[in-house]
This record gives sequence, C-alpha cells and structure tokens, in this order.
Amino acid sequence: MTAIDQVGPGTALEAAEPGGELTDVAAARPLRKDVWRRFKRNRLAMVGLFLIVILVLTAVFASVIAPYTITQRFSGEFREGPSGNHWFGTDLIGRDVFSRVVYGARVSLKIGIAATAIALVIGLALGAVAGFFGGRLETLIMRLTDVFLAIPYIVLAVAIAALLGRSENTVIIVLGFTGWLGICRIVRSSFLSLKQLEYVEAATALGYSKWRIMFRHILPNALQPIIVYGTIAVGSVILSEAALSFLGVGPQDPTPAWGLMVSDGKSQLPVAPHLLFFPGMAIFSTVLAFVFVGDGLRDALDPKLK
Amino acid sequence: MPSYIFRRLLLIIPTVFLALSFLFFLFFALPGDPVNLIAGGADRTPNPIVLQQIEERYGFDDPLPVQFANYWQRTVTWDLGESYLNRQSVNDILGEKAVNSLRLAIWAIIIEVIVGIAVGLVSAIRRYSVADRMTTIVTAGASAVPVFVLGFILQYGFAVVPNLNDWPEWARLRTSRLGPDTWAFFFIPTGEQWRYLILPAITLASVSTALAARMTRGSMLEVLRADYMRTARAKGLKERQVVARHGLRNAMLPVITLIGIDFGTVIGAAVLTETVFSWPGLGSEIARSVVGRDLPVALGLTLAVVVAYSFINLLVDLSYAWFDPRIRLGGGEAS
Repeated sequence: MTAIDQVGPGTALEAAEPGGELTDVAAARPLRKDVWRRFKRNRLAMVGLFLIVILVLTAVFASVIAPYTITQRFSGEFREGPSGNHWFGTDLIGRDVFSRVVYGARVSLKIGIAATAIALVIGLALGAVAGFFGGRLETLIMRLTDVFLAIPYIVLAVAIAALLGRSENTVIIVLGFTGWLGICRIVRSSFLSLKQLEYVEAATALGYSKWRIMFRHILPNALQPIIVYGTIAVGSVILSEAALSFLGVGPQDPTPAWGLMVSDGKSQLPVAPHLLFFPGMAIFSTVLAFVFVGDGLRDALDPKLK
Repeated sequence: MPSYIFRRLLLIIPTVFLALSFLFFLFFALPGDPVNLIAGGADRTPNPIVLQQIEERYGFDDPLPVQFANYWQRTVTWDLGESYLNRQSVNDILGEKAVNSLRLAIWAIIIEVIVGIAVGLVSAIRRYSVADRMTTIVTAGASAVPVFVLGFILQYGFAVVPNLNDWPEWARLRTSRLGPDTWAFFFIPTGEQWRYLILPAITLASVSTALAARMTRGSMLEVLRADYMRTARAKGLKERQVVARHGLRNAMLPVITLIGIDFGTVIGAAVLTETVFSWPGLGSEIARSVVGRDLPVALGLTLAVVVAYSFINLLVDLSYAWFDPRIRLGGGEAS
C-alpha cells in the first residue's frame, strides 16, 4: 500500500514535468469539450437533443412546415381521422390538426423558456442572498418558500391564472412566479457550502464587494445543478402549461396550445381519439426530450455520479 | 425528540396562516362579483334588493380587513362557511370529498410503494440489464406524459375499446364517476367498485411511481457500494438479507424525502386525475371551485390540503430517525 503510494505520484510527476506535455494536454481540452464528449456517449441524451432541435426548427419554420393556418376551417370535414390531406386529421370545427400541432411548438417553447427564465432569476437571486448572507434574511426567505411550498402549486397557479385572465403571457407569469421554489433551495445550499471555501476568503481579503464575490466568484461554481435543473424545468413548465390549459385557465381557443387541444378533444374520445393522441404525443415527446437532456447533462457535468 | 416535534408543530401554525391569508387576498382580488354569483350567475341582472340582502348576509359590505378577521374567526372554530353556489356547508363538502380522495390516494400509494420500490430495486441489482434499461426509459416516459393524457389513454384502451368491440363483460373497466360506492374496511372495493377504482388509481400513481423507482435505483446503487454491505456479506448473511436489511433500509431515506416533497405534485396529479375520471374527490372539487370562484369552498378545501401537507412533511422528517438511527432530531447538530 505505502509502496504504491510512494511510487504513484512520483512517476506521474516525472512523466508530466520534463516536457510539460501533460499539462498542455489538460489545458487544450477545456471543461466544455469534456462535458460534450461525455454527453455524446449517452444515447438517450442525444435522442433528447435531437428531439429538441427538431422542436426548435418546427417552431421557427412553423409557417413553412404547416400546410394550413391555425384558424382555416374545412367545411364538411369535422373531426375526420388522419388522411393524405390532413395528416393528423381535422378537429371539431374542421381545422387541420397537423398545422395546429406544428404552430403549437411555438406556444410551448415560448412559455417553457420564458417561464423557466423568470423562475431561475427569482430563485437564483433569493437563493443566493439567503445562502450568502444568512441570518434573518435567510430565515425570512426560507420561511417564504415554506409558505409557498405549503400551498398546492396547482391551486396557486389556477387562482393567479383566473385572476389575470386567460392568455399565453398569463401562463408565463403564473409558472414563472410559482416555479422558483426548487431552484431557490438548490442555490441556497450551494452558496452555503461554497462560501466557506478558501477562494471566497481570498476574494474577501482582496476587498472585493459582496455582490462581486456572490456573482463573479461563487455563482460560476454553483452553476452545474442550476443548468441541469433549468433544463428539466423547461419540460415541467410545458407539462404544467398543458395542465393549466386542460383545467380551462390556460391560453384561449384560437391559440394552438397542445393542452388546450387535448382538452377540447376530450369529449370526442370514443369517436375521434386522434384529437387527443397527436397533441398529447407532442407534449410527451417534448417533455421527454428535456428530461433526457437534463439527465444527460447531469451525468456529463459530474462524472463522479456514474 | 418530543420537544423537536412540538417545535415543528408550532411552526406549522404560521405557515398555514400565511399561506391561507395569501390565498384569501388572492381570491379576493379575483374578478367576478361573488354577490352576483350567489344571486344566480354572473350574466343575469338580479333584483338589487336581493343583492343587498346577500351583501349583508355574507358581510360583503364590510371593509376587507373586517372580512379577513371574520374569516379567520370562523375558520379557527372550524366553521368553513358555505358554498356560494349551492349553500352547502363546506365542512360537509370537505368530509364527503376527502373520504373519496383518501381511498383513491391509499391505492395510489400502495401502487407507488410496491411497484416503484420493487422496480427500482431490481433495476439497481441488475444494473445495465435489459430490465434496467427498460426501466430507465419507461420511468422517464411516465414522468413526461401529462397526467390527463395518460388518463385518457387508459380510458380509451380499457373502457372505450372493449365497449366498442363487445369484449366480454369482465374485461371492461369503467371510466367515470365513483361507481356503486361499496367498500369494505374503508378502502377495499367490493362488488363492481373495483372497475371504477382501478384506472384512476393507476393514473394518480403513475408520476410518483416513476419517481420512486428512479430514486430507489439511484439511492440503492450508492448504498450497494458502501462498506457495510461488504461487511454484511463477509459475515455470511444471505444476499437476500444483505439487500433487504442493510441495503434497502438505508436506501429508503432519499426515497422518503422525495415522496414527502413530492406531495405537491401528487395534489396536482389528483386534481387532474379526478377531473379526467369525474372522481368526486377534493382535487376535482378544488379545481371546480377555484375556476368557478366559489371562494369558501376553494379556501376551505385548500386549508385541509395545506394542513395535511405540513403534517406529512413533519412525518417525513420523523421517519428519518426511524430509518437512520444515526440521525438524532433536535439534538446537537443543526436541525
């Protein structure tokens, strides 16, 4: 045991020192590349990434991909099954379901990304302050999250949505302002442990301001769980958006929100299951994609976990 | 330990108070005049005398702080008011709906614990096997499918299709409402009841079962590497005992935290599941009352849920000590 210990570092040192080659190699391969290499090996994560790329392309080029507009009606073709003309069939009032699902990618992505961004900003700010400053401020913030955690999320969301009226922006606000609890706790606990490290002490000794230490020194080191959480959160936000639409407090009818389409088709389940199937599949594959990528990122960012 | 429980119980009071007060003002700001609602709907123009009577009866003419004080005065004495829509006492509604929700929840928890932990355990022991890979994909899928879409898929597959194709009677499940409401020992369905129970129970359990399985797998993998596992094997215990007593018990800790924290998700899932299956429980009633601005019902039922949530969190913390004797609650280290 001791023999190996003595030999081990010595040989490594000898190999590394003379030419300085090892250090060069390490420097030439930055963290980002390393993460990407590990991420690529994860098949599910790559499937997820592929799905997200398709989703983004669909959202960007919706007007090119969709054969019809979201409001165009075909008289006499009500809730017809999939056919050559209408790949996903038509809905209750004769609109092309495929076109609506394609445009729905825009709605979902917009809500998913915007709401997650709001939640991240709030959660990050409160969590960082709570973890870094501690004391009364921390108690206050953590009690606040406890109170909001105690309220069933869906009751809160439905109540705020009912208050603000039904629109895409309402859903973004609702999900943004109710989604910060988890991230706040994560950021707080990271800051709690990171602020005790030597480099923070060093930065304090150099006389840097607290805000600079918080956001320039500690935050970059606390980013990994935030990135993973944020990625998965986009998926859960899309899922929540669908739930709100289903309960009748999401966007209103001409908006091609997937959850709303499922909700509108629910009474037609026995005669026209396609009305639920296609938008349902769209939600499913989108959320799944973000979960896969989030999981892949976690494994890639922290190889010790595997 | 008892002082710890006492402190935690005391802490529940301000949390519940603040949460409910927040909702009170939030609901109060909701558009739509409750007076009109009570008088018979928002669209009609009722007799102004009737409106005034209602205002006086429910105290809507009082200033907001007075109403707020009155609300808490009533609530503290466990008088939750009556529904704006049909004048039914909220206490009665709560009692009636909570029972239905509880039965559904019991079955969902049974499914979650048995299926979730078993699948996670097998997945961890046979790591990288076909079963493990399947588990990874299926659990990810189950957490990504919207609860209501899953509900509709199950309805279609097990109730609509059998009915359309004239399957034998025993193979058909029911999709809507409570059913005959016949139970033995409070929660065991008798007679035809199981046909109504099984689909909503599976739907409600789906998300948390997937989470429990993933969590058990991850946690078990960690525990399997621990030194005490090697020690247990070395002292000649059977593999079964090693896994069950030394492994699983230690691996349960994060799983229990998750099940506790996840209660909010379960409530959300219950709202959706009960709405899809027209199951007359707390979830569907909360959704109905919040959307329909039926303030006393919404607040009363939410109160029950918030209190239940706080107690579950406390139980989760207490169960730590039971699962892991190293943890001494309220002791020397920060709790």
